[in-house]
Amino acid sequence: MKDFMFIFRGPSYEELQLSPEEVQANMQEWYNWVNQLSAKQVYVGGEPLLPGGKVLQGSKTVVTDGPFAEGKELVGGYFIVKAESLEAATEMAKGFPDFDRNGSVEVREIMKME
Amino acid sequence: MNGEQPQQLVDHLFRHESGKMIAVLTRIFGIHNLQLVEDVVQETFVKALQVWKFNAVPGNPQAWLMRVAKNASIDLIRRQQKLNFVSDEVAAQLQADTTQTIEQFFLDTEIADSQLRLIFTCCHPALPPEDQVALTLKTVSGFGVAEIARALVSNEAAIQKRLYRARVYIKNRQIQFEIPAGKALYTRLQSVHTVLYLLFNEGYNSMKADELIRYDVCAEAMRLCRLLTTHAVAGVPASFALLSLMCLQASRFDSRINEDNEIILLQQQDRQKWNHELIQLGYQYLRKSSSGNRLSIYHIESAIAAEHCMAPAFEQTNWERLLQLYDMLLAQKPLPVVQLNRAVILAQLNRLPQAIDSILDIYGIHDLLKHHYMYSAVLGDLYSKGNNIPEARRHLQHAYELTSSLAEKKLLQHKLSQLPA
Repeated sequence: MKDFMFIFRGPSYEELQLSPEEVQANMQEWYNWVNQLSAKQVYVGGEPLLPGGKVLQGSKTVVTDGPFAEGKELVGGYFIVKAESLEAATEMAKGFPDFDRNGSVEVREIMKME
Repeated sequence: MNGEQPQQLVDHLFRHESGKMIAVLTRIFGIHNLQLVEDVVQETFVKALQVWKFNAVPGNPQAWLMRVAKNASIDLIRRQQKLNFVSDEVAAQLQADTTQTIEQFFLDTEIADSQLRLIFTCCHPALPPEDQVALTLKTVSGFGVAEIARALVSNEAAIQKRLYRARVYIKNRQIQFEIPAGKALYTRLQSVHTVLYLLFNEGYNSMKADELIRYDVCAEAMRLCRLLTTHAVAGVPASFALLSLMCLQASRFDSRINEDNEIILLQQQDRQKWNHELIQLGYQYLRKSSSGNRLSIYHIESAIAAEHCMAPAFEQTNWERLLQLYDMLLAQKPLPVVQLNRAVILAQLNRLPQAIDSILDIYGIHDLLKHHYMYSAVLGDLYSKGNNIPEARRHLQHAYELTSSLAEKKLLQHKLSQLPA
């Protein structure tokens, strides 16, 4: 088994203006997904990222405030999962609940130093 | 994950918590800051969503949400106080006081109090009924604009407009965020009852909204009414009577429509399918409502609903008793729709000519027949019973053209097809 990272991108929840009922429904979808992955014992962990932050770049190290990208490009968090191959991990990522909320998932294999 | 299974949240938990948080924060920041309050509550949910969806829900999600809302309130107040003008010692004292002052608003009894204040404010008699209903659904019940639009069969822009208008009105008229006392309490409570009953009927009767949201609206009206009954000030007999009425009506919610979305009339409903738990609750609240010396319309309407529930079969309905109750109701609520329903009872008592005359005698019946299909539908039924087929056909046909509900159209079409040629 190899480790993979799911990087979640999408608009911030502030932008989506969800009603309490929609927030709850969305959360339930995420639970169900995490639940599924946990049941298969492939879910290693995950963490959300707070919106905002800083970007440092250039030879003069210019520091700018976030957001750093177009709304739908914001990284909102990540999962680490176990899978046999990139294809299997990609299949797993199809359970991501926010596709119709303009979200996207990037699937990357974590390189192991051996 | 800590090996824990993610939990399920109680249905509508966020909606209900939204109403609570808005109530408490409005008490702290004032009704003129309703927009700010709604933003803080929205941020609280966003925070919960971001954190919880990656991990399990905290053991007590309600307490978690309230704590975040409380901390946000304290932060907001501190940012307003320019603490750099005072010494560190004084600043520390002021900060401790802020926390203490804010803490007490988050006690359970105070939360209930704030919710009641919010209900009184949203149901303020100076607001037009449609604004009261929209504002109550938004702030007290935590419905989103799109959900309100679906529930009230309107569009989002129209609902936004109503909400905006109501907020501006409350702000400009400096309507107080309070529980009225003394004589005012009685009239203000009446206005709250009216709005909750309107809300319930919106969910119960609208054939145009989808089933799920209609059910939610009924459940919400019942939840708020129950909130009234549990409060020392608002738990008056009329509140219990209204809650009883809602329970008894709601017991038939699922029996009125079949799988093909066709209306099943009271006469044909399978009484076994009525929700007997709700009926028992209804009786229980009706008993609790029988104190004091004021007989509200809800007492009478609930007694009417109970009479239907108690009859083992349609044919065994106590029509005599129902007629008495309708006479009492008519005395308090002399409205055409009550007269119409009373006429139906008269017909059941084989007083058909009197039934038809009593409809034709309704003040303004000419206009009512022109605009509301129910009057033509009932008249058509009564003429059909009396074998006046041309009049029956004319009225049923007219009702068919007036109603925009597909289910009603189907029913009327069926009735028309049953008339002898």
